[in-house]
Amino acid sequence: MSTVLHGAQSASIRSSSSQSEEELRPPLFQYLLRLGDTSLVLGQRLGEWVGHAPALEEDLGLANLSLDLIGQARLLLTYAGEIEGRGRNEDALAFLRDAPFFANLTLAEQPNGDFGRTIVRQYLLDAWQLELYEALQTSRDARLGSIAVKALKETRYHAHYSSGWLVRLGDGTAESRRRVVEALEDLWRFTDELFVADEVDERLARAGIAPALADLKPRWSARIDATLREATLERPAPSPYPWYGKLGVHTEHLGYMLAEMQHLQRTYPGAHW
Amino acid sequence: MSNDWPLYEVFIRSRSGLEHKHVGSLHAADARMAVDHARDVYTRRQEGVSIWVVRSADIIASDPLEADSLFEPARDKVYRHPTFYTIPDEVKNL
Repeated sequence: MSTVLHGAQSASIRSSSSQSEEELRPPLFQYLLRLGDTSLVLGQRLGEWVGHAPALEEDLGLANLSLDLIGQARLLLTYAGEIEGRGRNEDALAFLRDAPFFANLTLAEQPNGDFGRTIVRQYLLDAWQLELYEALQTSRDARLGSIAVKALKETRYHAHYSSGWLVRLGDGTAESRRRVVEALEDLWRFTDELFVADEVDERLARAGIAPALADLKPRWSARIDATLREATLERPAPSPYPWYGKLGVHTEHLGYMLAEMQHLQRTYPGAHW
Repeated sequence: MSNDWPLYEVFIRSRSGLEHKHVGSLHAADARMAVDHARDVYTRRQEGVSIWVVRSADIIASDPLEADSLFEPARDKVYRHPTFYTIPDEVKNL
């Protein structure tokens, strides 16, 4: 597929302003943290399934998703550290920051719950990353663009996997349906945050580095609706309760997750193997 | 849970142009899940470029008890191997 086609099909990036590269550093750093942390936290959550998934095959499937996401996080956080210019590498950013400095979407940190709940969380975020990476391919920031090209291939499979399961569970037995309905009703309130733009998003959108989040929303919605229809599930009512994970305000779950994830580096700083 | 899922046999083509080879089996609830599982279980290290799956129950196999009658008779027919024959020098394109 040609780049031109991509631009026409996805929420395209429009550039229209002249902010200097130096001025854009702080928002770009913040933006990369948000994307990198969202992948990292979601990847860590999926990693918690290893050894506990309902079947050996799903154990490997979830671990594959997890490793893809952690790979994305590594690229994004490494780049973030370079943009920040204070000598922090991917490990310093991942393992030596406390929860208030994490900028992941609140949805990503929500606990796994049962397999159905994990699938619902996964699909809502997969659909979001799908639109985001698609648009970021044409970012004016070439490095971010190339990360998006790689991540998009992975994300297409993630969405295939999670939407397949969502349909299977939603349109499955009475119990599987009850579980995904509960999860959908419960997690839906975190989806508003996916599209709320702040100054960071707006400045990067103006600079042609990131897509406008408002442009992504209708595409995400259409995709979600199509899958929910196939899964015979109802879209929950909107619940515009604000969450600010990307501003560092998290639910209580993130701290516990980081305690486990960061334990080794906190106990033996600089340890590697 | 996986005990409730039917068994599928997995065939992977390692490179374009090569044949699909049997690599193992797995459990899945349906055909789409079987392909996904095969991808996740058997191509993690770039083992392939194409996947076939088939329900194990759909494979019709020879009976191991008949192995003697099926395969033994071929043992003494060495003339069925091309190497059994010496090819005259005049034959160029064989």
